[in-house]
Amino acid sequence: MTDAQLIAIPNAQQVRQEYALEAHNLSIFYGNFRAVDSVSMKIQYNKITALIGPSGCGKSTLLRSFNRMNDLVPGARIEGELLFQGQNLYDPFVDPVEVRRRIGMVFQKPNPFPKSIYDNVAYGPRIQGIRKKSQLDDIVERSLRQAALWDEVKDKLRQSGLSLSGGQQQRLCIARAIAVEPEILLMDEPCSALDPIATLRIEELMRELQENYTIVIVTHNMQQAARVSDYTAFMMINENRSGGLVEFDLTEKIFTNPSDSRTEDYVTGRFG
Amino acid sequence: MSTTPPRSRSQLDRELMLLRDNVLRLSTMVDAALQQLQQINRQLDVAQARQIIADDTKINRLRYKIEEDAYKLIARHQPTARDLRGIITSIHIAVELERIGDYAAGNSRLLLEMVDEALLISTFSNITRMLDLSRQMMRNAMNAYVHWDEEQARRVIQRDNDIDAIDKQVYQELIDLMTKQSHTISHATYMLWISHNCERIGDRITNICERIIYMVSGEMYYGIRQKGEEL
Ligand SMILES: Nc1ncnc2c1ncn2[C@@H]1O[C@H](COP(=O)(O)OP(=O)(O)O)[C@@H](O)[C@H]1O
Ligand SMILES: [Mg+2]
Repeated sequence: MTDAQLIAIPNAQQVRQEYALEAHNLSIFYGNFRAVDSVSMKIQYNKITALIGPSGCGKSTLLRSFNRMNDLVPGARIEGELLFQGQNLYDPFVDPVEVRRRIGMVFQKPNPFPKSIYDNVAYGPRIQGIRKKSQLDDIVERSLRQAALWDEVKDKLRQSGLSLSGGQQQRLCIARAIAVEPEILLMDEPCSALDPIATLRIEELMRELQENYTIVIVTHNMQQAARVSDYTAFMMINENRSGGLVEFDLTEKIFTNPSDSRTEDYVTGRFG
Repeated sequence: MSTTPPRSRSQLDRELMLLRDNVLRLSTMVDAALQQLQQINRQLDVAQARQIIADDTKINRLRYKIEEDAYKLIARHQPTARDLRGIITSIHIAVELERIGDYAAGNSRLLLEMVDEALLISTFSNITRMLDLSRQMMRNAMNAYVHWDEEQARRVIQRDNDIDAIDKQVYQELIDLMTKQSHTISHATYMLWISHNCERIGDRITNICERIIYMVSGEMYYGIRQKGEEL
């Protein structure tokens, strides 16, 4: 086979799977080090799923594996299976660029490009080959509206993205991520660099975005997981020093009556 | 960035213990009221009855303090899982205990209404038995609360049937009496009321135990008790 025969991942309209993402015995390695050990979980459509757990338990590693971001780390590899639209994302004939368009990522520190607000949002669509001004205008406005930023920036779209406040920059990054119309949004501690008010705005925004997107968020803030997520996955380092999934359940269950005593200890602050 | 939960566990533990101790203190105050009530059942003592009524305000005050403390605790520590269930349960128990206190005060008021009348010995001994049972149940319920003992809470709920049986017996006795001797109607009606209040004390303790079961297991206990509907 050649490059031309890359597999096309079906879209959600074509084949609606039961889950947006399914990990089956997914292990993730950095060289010989198994950072994540045999995680199985199913991510529901249009729900917010939070990954929580002590530092270093592999939350970010697992999250990055969901859109093949780890491919960019030398020596990183996976075992097991990750299904998106029924397709194994790690199939060698799946195009990682296509994967990253359909599964977007928002990082811990807002990282707008040193370009105008407009160009930040139009960046992805331009790469996809959209050139028409009116079409780009529409995408920029829609994305900024969805990211709850439009009203604050509509009169200064030509100003640098870096001129915005931290919370606004993070919403700009969210607008940039959704401009290419992904199906899943991955967020790695998206609020950890923000003040409490900006944090609440992002949390509200996540609830709005949930209508159109499936969201997976890593957060070190348990109250945040309790506030915004529908499902919570609790991870911990196991006896082999690899991160494993301890419990996955409805968030309300995890925070009122978890099944595993290790989860109980963690959410009640008995260890951290 | 650290993932240590942003709370101080030892401070939370300290406050949880204070809350629990106050609930226990409330239960001993209510138990004292029931014990005094038993005494005046045997021999009506006006001063003692008035004392029970007066002490009820102290019970009310502590119940509100417990509730307020619990809200502050929730606001400051954002407790989860068993901590959260323990706090919510403590609020419920405080409310139920306070209502038991109300029944004790209510019965004292009813007894004061009956000061000049000859007392029905057999009925009073039945009521004293109901109070005995209630006090035992309450002590076991508080034990289950302190030790997170679901089994004991379930056993206490079973005991409530005994109180119900005595209440039924008293009811029958008093109805018979009223039919045969119409001059006893006013007196017997007070007695019915007193007996009914004692029966309600058993229900309140059952509610407490249902909450303890939830506190321990995290599963809501939907105890279907029919007797409330028999009235
Ligand atoms: N690029 C990398 N190369 C090698 N080891 C890494 C890399 N990224 C993370 N790790 C290791 O993998 C483990 C999990 O890290 P991470 O996924 O960042 O945890 P978390 O997000 O839960 O804090 C840690 O032991 C970390 O040191
Ligand atoms: Mg991380």
